[in-house]
Amino acid sequence: MKVILKNVSLFHPAQKIDEKGIDILLTDGVISKIGKIKAEEISGAKIFDLTNKHIVPGFFDMHVHLREPGREDEETVITGCNAAANGGFTGIACMPNTEPAIDSAEIVTFIKEKSKDHLVDVEVIGAATLDRKGEYISPMAELYEAGAVGFSDDGVAIKTAGILKRAFEYSKMYNVPIIEHCEDETLAGGAMNEGINSTMLGLPPIPSVAEELIVIRDIMLAEYTGGKIHIAHISTKKSVEMVREAKRKGIAVTSEVTPHHFTLIDDSLKSYDTNLKMNPPLRTRADIDEILLGLQDGTIDCISSDHAPHSAEEKEAEFEHAPNGITGLETQVGLALTELYHKKVITLEQLIEKMAINPRKILNLPVPSIEVGQIANFTILDLNEIFTFDISKSKSKSKNSPFDKRLLTGRAIGVINNCKLFYQDEFLIL
Amino acid sequence: MPLSSRHLLGLQGVPKEDIQLILDTASTFREVLERPIKRVPTLQGKTIVNLFYENSTRTRISFELAEKRLSADSINFAVSASSVSKGESFKDTIKNIEAMKVDMVVVRHSAAGTPLYLTNISDANIINAGDGIHEHPTQGLLDMYSIREKLRKIEGLKVCIVGDVAHSRVALSNIYGLKTMGADVSVCGPSTMIPRNIEDLGVKVIYNIDEAIQENDVLNVLRIQLERKAREYFPSIREYAKYFGITEERLEKNGKDILILHPGPINRGVEISSGVADGLHQIILKQVTNGVAIRMAVLYLLGTLN
Ligand SMILES: [Zn+2]
Ligand SMILES: [Zn+2]
Repeated sequence: MKVILKNVSLFHPAQKIDEKGIDILLTDGVISKIGKIKAEEISGAKIFDLTNKHIVPGFFDMHVHLREPGREDEETVITGCNAAANGGFTGIACMPNTEPAIDSAEIVTFIKEKSKDHLVDVEVIGAATLDRKGEYISPMAELYEAGAVGFSDDGVAIKTAGILKRAFEYSKMYNVPIIEHCEDETLAGGAMNEGINSTMLGLPPIPSVAEELIVIRDIMLAEYTGGKIHIAHISTKKSVEMVREAKRKGIAVTSEVTPHHFTLIDDSLKSYDTNLKMNPPLRTRADIDEILLGLQDGTIDCISSDHAPHSAEEKEAEFEHAPNGITGLETQVGLALTELYHKKVITLEQLIEKMAINPRKILNLPVPSIEVGQIANFTILDLNEIFTFDISKSKSKSKNSPFDKRLLTGRAIGVINNCKLFYQDEFLIL
Repeated sequence: MPLSSRHLLGLQGVPKEDIQLILDTASTFREVLERPIKRVPTLQGKTIVNLFYENSTRTRISFELAEKRLSADSINFAVSASSVSKGESFKDTIKNIEAMKVDMVVVRHSAAGTPLYLTNISDANIINAGDGIHEHPTQGLLDMYSIREKLRKIEGLKVCIVGDVAHSRVALSNIYGLKTMGADVSVCGPSTMIPRNIEDLGVKVIYNIDEAIQENDVLNVLRIQLERKAREYFPSIREYAKYFGITEERLEKNGKDILILHPGPINRGVEISSGVADGLHQIILKQVTNGVAIRMAVLYLLGTLN
């Protein structure tokens, strides 16, 4: 099938492409011409007028919780991929805290198999330790061979410095990062950020230092072992400062932030809305200010959703008893454009680096290039569309988002990958 | 003038006029409670559910008695602590209550925010009878009532809350209410039991009990929980009693007449010495009656809003 994407703004910072008024011809999902194309030249082509729309390399979310295997009532590989496509992503990496955990090659293969026909590429993060218990390192070599691109015990930090040291040493053989959920377990267990708001709301607190202690532990061990550390969902001012300092010293550390951690603060918990309960918890204005600086100066490499689906029954509980996490695949692009790009925190170039290029580089995946002969892997953006996010239209199986009814500026209106197009709520085989 | 809210979820943000109105109304009911026939027909035909997810016989009896004195129909819904743990039974119970079409719900729950949640799913007036370590507004009102009864004012008084402030719902309600009424509020206790940033509420922190006695007109002494969880916050009961216990020697040494409140029952020899406790016997008994009057006032004012 031939498709013409008419009159697009083509933008790919890694290839130094920034051109307006371009037409792209796709033949069976492969880029066959870039430039000015007269529609009459190509008989039978399907034409999409994308005037004032941007085409950028397909976005990649390196922190997604699919609930398969184990909690298919909350999300499956397929529903998660559908949500990703709807949110503007052509690739995701899924976290290993499933039931059972992704600590064997069979489960890596199982997930790869489930997703193989989808538009969205699914990469797998293997468990760093067996059953994420922090006692023995997982069969990292087998997991790597089956396709795992990183290791993590996400949900918790790798339990002890001793086992983390071994995980760094072992994973180093494959140049694969350890992705850490930084939280000291002896300071964990609360329901929100420690501060005046936790006191006023009577909710058990999680101090920011619980995160920072593990960030510094991990940085020091990465430096010592020569391993690669990726700090997941960074949320505090001090964590950002420590990562910045470590990068300055040349330690192999990278980091990501979620949209909720650069958008919301712990003040909003006054409603006791369990869709505002996540781990790490929402922090303060001062933390956000430092996160924004970190996004600007490159301390924070990626924007990731930490998409964490939970059933309504589980979220509809007392705040202290409700599970942590919110869905995020379908609000991430809108929030990043609204809160970062339109507010001039970062440029479009930086945004694409953090949402398409850096996550793939960290996981040693090829960055899609936009040139003739390549399989098209694009996200199509309307930077200025103003829309209200409606959770009832979400493709995710779970609806636990605090952003329902939020007004956003800028949206991913379609994605193309693996010879498939998702546009106007429909998948189309190219 | 009616109350400005149809629920009593806490004392945070409750205006001075409302607190004044509740305290004044409680004074009227206090007189009713001295009569031979202690019953008024004010809430006849109203149904009130007492939804207690935590064992708190004293608070529950106080509310029940208040409801009886106002001629309301009470339904007691006690849920054993063991079956609450995962929240499952909570939703079921709420659905039952919705179906019952009740006028008011008095709720006690171990999780903060539960009363607010109830306001979203029920049309009834919700009264918080203690939610986790968040608030216990009727206890706060009762303490203010007792202070006003004894010292004839609240404004300008110096009040110190003593004990495990971090894990007390009574402390927060006291702080909010007393500050609204113009009192000068401080807290005193081991630093592990004083929440971080509490000064942001305009509260002074004192670590020395003698200083607290010297500086204040009122000590509101919290009950120390003796179970293991609470014990993680201080080395031993002996050490707590030695450095934070209210004893006759301390009161004499600091040589002043100070009003001591305690929600009861006292751990004798821990937060308050036996000798001081004996002297408090009368005021604690009085507080029980005051507690009924305060709860009558709250139920009456909310129940007759429209
Ligand atoms: Zn995590
Ligand atoms: Zn996660």
